Amino acid sequence: MIRFEAVHKWFKDLHVLNDINLHVKQGEVVVVCGPSGSGKSTLIRTINKLEPIQKGRLFVDGKDMSDRKTDINRLRAEIGFVFQQFNLYPHLTAIKNITLAPIKIRKLPKKQAEEEAMALLERVGLADRRDSYPSQLSGGQQQRVAIARGLAMKPKIMCFDEPTSALDPEMIGEVLQVMQGLAHTGMTLMVVTHEMGFAREVADRVIFMDYGVVLEEASPEEFFRNPKHERAQLFLKEILSPMH
Amino acid sequence: MFSYQFDWSVVTSGQYFEWLVSGLKITLELSVWSIIFSFLLGLIIAVMRMSNVRPILWFSHAYLEFFRNTPLLVQIFFWYFGSYQILPKAINDWLNSVNFEFAAAVIALTIYTSAFIAEDIRSGVRSIPKEQMEAARSSGFSYLRSMRYIILPQAVRLTIPPLINQFLNVTKNSSLAMTIGVAEITYQARQVESYTFKGFESFTAATLVYLGLSLVIAGLMTLYNRRVLSPMMGGK
Ligand SMILES: Nc1ncnc2c1ncn2[C@@H]1O[C@H](COP(=O)(O)OP(=O)(O)OP(=O)(O)O)[C@@H](O)[C@H]1O
Ligand SMILES: [Mg+2]
Repeated sequence: MIRFEAVHKWFKDLHVLNDINLHVKQGEVVVVCGPSGSGKSTLIRTINKLEPIQKGRLFVDGKDMSDRKTDINRLRAEIGFVFQQFNLYPHLTAIKNITLAPIKIRKLPKKQAEEEAMALLERVGLADRRDSYPSQLSGGQQQRVAIARGLAMKPKIMCFDEPTSALDPEMIGEVLQVMQGLAHTGMTLMVVTHEMGFAREVADRVIFMDYGVVLEEASPEEFFRNPKHERAQLFLKEILSPMH
Repeated sequence: MFSYQFDWSVVTSGQYFEWLVSGLKITLELSVWSIIFSFLLGLIIAVMRMSNVRPILWFSHAYLEFFRNTPLLVQIFFWYFGSYQILPKAINDWLNSVNFEFAAAVIALTIYTSAFIAEDIRSGVRSIPKEQMEAARSSGFSYLRSMRYIILPQAVRLTIPPLINQFLNVTKNSSLAMTIGVAEITYQARQVESYTFKGFESFTAATLVYLGLSLVIAGLMTLYNRRVLSPMMGGK
């Protein structure tokens, strides 16, 4: 579904992605973790070309992202993207946030789009907030609407960039629960997160990055029990017991 | 020493009153059309000004500098006297059949005002976080459609106060249309004055009309802002 082949990216002199080789299969749940500034966001943002790559090849759903003939807008419609800061459209209600792209891009009739949006709101537990504006919702609620917005396009892949790290602790659970539900539907998920509990329970594979390099790629059991790379050990130690 | 005889009846009833009312009507029409067109054109120019296609960028830049930095009166004369010579005959014939003075005034007011509105909207767009564009693009919206559905609706809401200002300016500036013979309120006040020599009364009436229009426009926009827009932009 997603295949990185020797991908490199630079921000000016900064080598943010260094020889990335990854293959995410259909239906797989992959968690990406690593220290701040290691290039996780950049990595996940290359998948829908929010960040272009400079070297190597990246295939998403069989399409070459660097090929000029690839219709990037069409491809992006197949990839749901959930941001750390939710990025809901503040001028639209929850339901309108969800129906905008299906109506304008998928050309769904308004009524059908709204029915589907209601089903999604139901699924994320927010059916009663359909007419709320984002500013009237808590962070956790906003993020769940954002997930529903992504799902409304019936994407083949969902990408999450630290979806819970802007949330108050008591709201993290409600968002992770929704994501866990998704994983069980067989959708391909790529998740940048430091929620190791989520990784342990839901991920098929964990990827550890630092300095733009994938240092470790393993099943969650193996990654948590026996991290091979020294920096992964250090990272895990810090993240699992931040107070030491 | 105070020998002037006030006679308000000339402007409150009879034929001269009707002149003023017809002037008010034309002023309203001039203002409404110019406001609508200048807003739409301003949106387009604002988007062009943010384009990364060089020729479009240059064109919009030149447009803004040119129309903001030349007097409106000259622009009105240009469209009225000048365009006659450069436009094809067919267009001229058509313009003459539909009241050319009025059309030239609307064109001049629209273009002049659109340049200011474009700048206001552009600064509104710049204050929208770039993440909004990212969210829109990642849903599969093209750049222009992201602008249309996500960025501009937010930017315009932020731009309401300067827009009120521009719309008020349009209304006031429409008085310059009298110079090319558009029978709007200032023109009619002048007419009444030259027929009756009641300059104080007739221009007081015109002044009150502008003041009233300004208050109505400002009031409507503020109401719209309070009732419709601000709940969407962070207010509860
Ligand atoms: N647009 C940009 N221009 C220049 N440098 C950037 C840009 N975006 C990110 N960087 C730099 O690239 C590096 C990787 O950033 P990235 O956001 O991918 O890290 P991250 O692993 O997601 O970190 P975090 O955990 O803090 O989100 C960082 O050093 C960052 O400062
Ligand atoms: Mg990041």
